[in-house]
Amino acid sequence: MHVSFEQWLTEVANYVFLALAIPTLVGAWMVVTSTNIVRAVLYLVVTLAGSAALFIMLGAEFVGWTVVLVYIGAVIILFLIGIMITRAPLGSHEELSHPATVKIPAALLSIVLFTVVAWAVADAFGGLIIPPDVGATRTGQLAEVIFQRFVIPFEVVSLVLLSALVGGIALARKDDPEEPA
Amino acid sequence: MNFWLLLLVEIVVILVVMLVGALVTIYAELKISAHMQSRIGPYYAGGKWGWAQPAADGLKFMQKEDLVPAAADHTVFRLAPYIVIMSALAVWVVIPFGPDLVVRDLDLGVFFVLAVSSLSTLGVLMAGWASANKYSLMGGLRAAAQLIAYELPLLLAVVAVVVQAGTMSLNGIVAAQAQPWFTVGGIEISAPFLIKGQIIGFVIFMVAAVAELSRIPFDMPIAESELTMGYLTEYSGIRFTMFFLGEYASMVAISAIAATMYLGGYWIPGVPESALNAVGPFVLLAKVAFLVFLLIWFRWTWPRLREDQLQDLAWRWLIPLGLLNIVLAGIFKVVL
Repeated sequence: MHVSFEQWLTEVANYVFLALAIPTLVGAWMVVTSTNIVRAVLYLVVTLAGSAALFIMLGAEFVGWTVVLVYIGAVIILFLIGIMITRAPLGSHEELSHPATVKIPAALLSIVLFTVVAWAVADAFGGLIIPPDVGATRTGQLAEVIFQRFVIPFEVVSLVLLSALVGGIALARKDDPEEPA
Repeated sequence: MNFWLLLLVEIVVILVVMLVGALVTIYAELKISAHMQSRIGPYYAGGKWGWAQPAADGLKFMQKEDLVPAAADHTVFRLAPYIVIMSALAVWVVIPFGPDLVVRDLDLGVFFVLAVSSLSTLGVLMAGWASANKYSLMGGLRAAAQLIAYELPLLLAVVAVVVQAGTMSLNGIVAAQAQPWFTVGGIEISAPFLIKGQIIGFVIFMVAAVAELSRIPFDMPIAESELTMGYLTEYSGIRFTMFFLGEYASMVAISAIAATMYLGGYWIPGVPESALNAVGPFVLLAKVAFLVFLLIWFRWTWPRLREDQLQDLAWRWLIPLGLLNIVLAGIFKVVL
C-alpha cells in the first residue's frame, strides 16, 4: 500500500515516530564518533531507549521494556562497571578517533549492512500496516507463542548463553600451575 | 474527559503523592530515629513535635551553593540526579490505589516497575563517574555492584508472586488476592499472598528492597566512615536534595509495590468491591506506612555490613532461596 507524502504528514503517529527516531539515530552516530568512552556508552543508552520507545510504539510492549531492563539496566551497567573499574578518564581521548584506513571500511560495511537489513525487512513486511486498534500485545499471548509453538527454538537459543558463560569462565580462569587440578 | 486534561491531572496527582510521601517519610524518619537514639532536635525544634526540623533541614539544603567541581564532566554531573528521580517517579504509574485509581494498569505491571527502577543504577554510576572524585567513583561502583546483585533476588521474589497470581498486572495481582481462598461454613475467606505461601518471598523482597535503596545495613555505597558520602560527595544544594527526595520517594514506591504484591494492596477483607475506590487509597497508605516504618526501624537498629558479606548474602543465600521459592510457588499453584 502506497502512502503519499501529504497523507504521511496528516498522521500524528509519524511525528511521534520522528521525535523518537531522530534522537535514536543521533545517539547511534555519537556512540561511534565520541572520543570519550564513558560518554559513548551514555549515548548508547539514548539509542537503546529510543529503540525501546519504538518497540512500544509498535505495540510490542514486552520487547520494549525488556530492552530497558536487560540492555539499559544490566548490559550498559556492566559496560560502565567494566570501563570504570579499569580506567575511566574524564574528557576526550584522541586515541579513540581512528584514521581513515579504519573509518572508510567501517562506514562502507555499515552502509552495506543497513541496505541488506532494510531490504530484507521491506521485502518481508513492506505492505504490512498494523491496524491502529490492535494496541499492545498481551504478555500472555506472547508466552503462549514462545512456550508452545517455538519452545524448542527458544530453548536452543539459551544454549548460546550457556556457551557464552562457559567461554567467559574458561577465558577468565587462571589455573595455578603448581596446584594439582 | 479529554485525554490530555486527564493526563495532566494524573501527572499532577502523582507528583503530589510522591513529594508529600517523601516529605512525610523524611519527617517520620527524623521522629523515629530521635526516639530510637535520643536525638534532641526532632523532639523540640519549632516548639511542638519538632515540626520545624524537616523544614530547617530542607532550607539548609536549598540555600547551599550548587557546586560543580571544575574537573567534573558538567553535563553528565547535572543530568545524573534527574535520571535517579525519574526512575523513582515512573514506578508510580502502575501502582493501583483502587480498582480504577491507577494511572495505567499496564499488562506488564511488575515488569515495568523492575525495568524503570533499574534505571536509577545508571544515574548513580553517572554521578559517581562525573564527579571526578575517587570517593565518588568507588561509591558509584559499589552501588552498581550492589544494585545488580540485589536486583536478582528482587526479580526472583516477584516471579514467584507472578506465578501464583497468573498475571503481571498489579491490579490483577490484587484481584488474585481478593479472590476467595476457601470457604468455612458458607463464609468465603480470602487472604493476601503473604499468608498464602509467599512468606519467604516477602522476606527476600524486603531484604533486597533495603539493599536496592542503599539504606543501612546496606549503605556501603555512601558509607560515611569509608567513602565520605560515596557518589553524593560532590553534590550540594538543590542537586543533593533531588537525590535525597528520590531516595525517599523510591522508599515509598517500593513499599507500595511490596504492599500491593504481598499485603493485598488497596484490598481489605470485609469492604465490598464498590466501596474500594473510596476506601482503597487509605488502606494502601496504611500498609505502605507500616512497611516504611519497618524500613526506618531496620536502619536505626542494625550496623552496616561489610562489602563481602553483602555480596555473600545476595549470591549465596537470597538467590538460591529465591529459586527455591519459585519452585515452591509452582508446586503450590499446581497442587492447590
